[in-house]
Amino acid sequence: EKLAATANPLYSSKVDVTPYKSATTYNNFYEFGTDKTDPAAYASSLQTRPWTITIDGLVKKPQTLDIDALLKLAPMEERIYRMRCVEGWSMVIPWDGYSLSKLLSKVEPLGSAKYVEFISLADSKQMPGVKSSIIEWPYREGLRLDEAMNPLTLLTFGMYGELLPKQNGAPVRIVVPWKYGFKSAKSIIKIRLTEEMPKTSWNMFDAHEYGFYSNVNPTVDHPRWSQATERRIGDSKGVFAPKIKTEMFNGYGDQVASMYSGMDLKKYY
Amino acid sequence: MKMLLFLFALLPLGRLVWLGMSDGLGANPIEFITRSTGTWALVLLCITLTMTPLRLITGSTFWIKQRRMLGLFCFLYASLHFLIWLALDQGFDLDAMLHDVVKRPFITMGFLSYLLLVPLALTSSHWAQKKLGRRWALLHRLIYFIVGTVILHYWWHKAGKNDVNIVEIYATILALLLLCRIPSIKTKVQSLFR
Repeated sequence: EKLAATANPLYSSKVDVTPYKSATTYNNFYEFGTDKTDPAAYASSLQTRPWTITIDGLVKKPQTLDIDALLKLAPMEERIYRMRCVEGWSMVIPWDGYSLSKLLSKVEPLGSAKYVEFISLADSKQMPGVKSSIIEWPYREGLRLDEAMNPLTLLTFGMYGELLPKQNGAPVRIVVPWKYGFKSAKSIIKIRLTEEMPKTSWNMFDAHEYGFYSNVNPTVDHPRWSQATERRIGDSKGVFAPKIKTEMFNGYGDQVASMYSGMDLKKYY
Repeated sequence: MKMLLFLFALLPLGRLVWLGMSDGLGANPIEFITRSTGTWALVLLCITLTMTPLRLITGSTFWIKQRRMLGLFCFLYASLHFLIWLALDQGFDLDAMLHDVVKRPFITMGFLSYLLLVPLALTSSHWAQKKLGRRWALLHRLIYFIVGTVILHYWWHKAGKNDVNIVEIYATILALLLLCRIPSIKTKVQSLFR
């Protein structure tokens, strides 16, 4: 289903975007299974309507918004972002959405709010992977409030000019392009503003391997593999194209580095 | 029969070539062929180690005669697995490679497994077997150790995303196969089927 969006020239791309087929058949979405091809195979059982997001916690105006209201809340933009997975591969994807800050401003965060927590749907009737105990369900992610308010953080409803395919986190997800892909929570049903740093799924699984921040950083290796390079999926140079160098903050340093000035990013990985 | 086994062991490689030519390797072909060759090396290791229990059960030496070829196929897939990592993942960057081997336990175990397989493959001929005599059997017991390093390699690889079910299955199969080699169990198995 088509989704009308205006291309934002600030986020165009010099390199080719990843083929639609690759971006929709090679996914990590454990609610539908651990294999990369599982989400495309099993996500059809996900019911994306009706759908609501409840926003509460430390806000002046807590509310529950219907997906249709969310779609109309702000003008839809198309932004081409690089997406770097913690596993060492990357894609270039045209997303459709608007800055999460538009939604957060509407609920008016209180002065005491420091973090934003995102909770994904975990319904074993629609999501076969939820029956396994690989991680603790529901999937949860989090950002610092300033990260969530950064204009780059996109509340996302579509990709490639269409409504999000179910395997890509329909009907609504976030996209945080300077962090590893797992920070970009899919199929969100709850957003909560908190004073304490929220618990996040992969960090709960192994804090040593997955930090709360998880900013893309070629100088901080994952304990099991190097993060210095990445394999670009669908590289136009062909299957045997060499890996490319991973950039600090996935190349978005100009927009985000100032949020971390003075922080030891080796410690806060 | 031997020819049939030979062709059967070539099938996984043939499949990869066919998928490669028909654009069937998915979004990340390098990852696909890395994992596929690794998996088939493991499967052939299991099959190779099944020959001794099959001899115990059937009393036929036919199985032992197939072992060399199956073991060499295990080595072939392990070599492809290793070369893909060396060439396509590390880009022949020896520094990066050594760094990985030293720093990352799962790479260390994979590298060690392959390193230890090499002398077994090199001494697989009749000639080497005769030349080495009793030391040959001793040397080839290395495979029991390799079973351990291989499972650790696979385990630590999958543990990063807590996806170890499949590894547990392989570990159980290999553990059972090794148990059959313990003398007391060996005689029990033999008497059970006589």
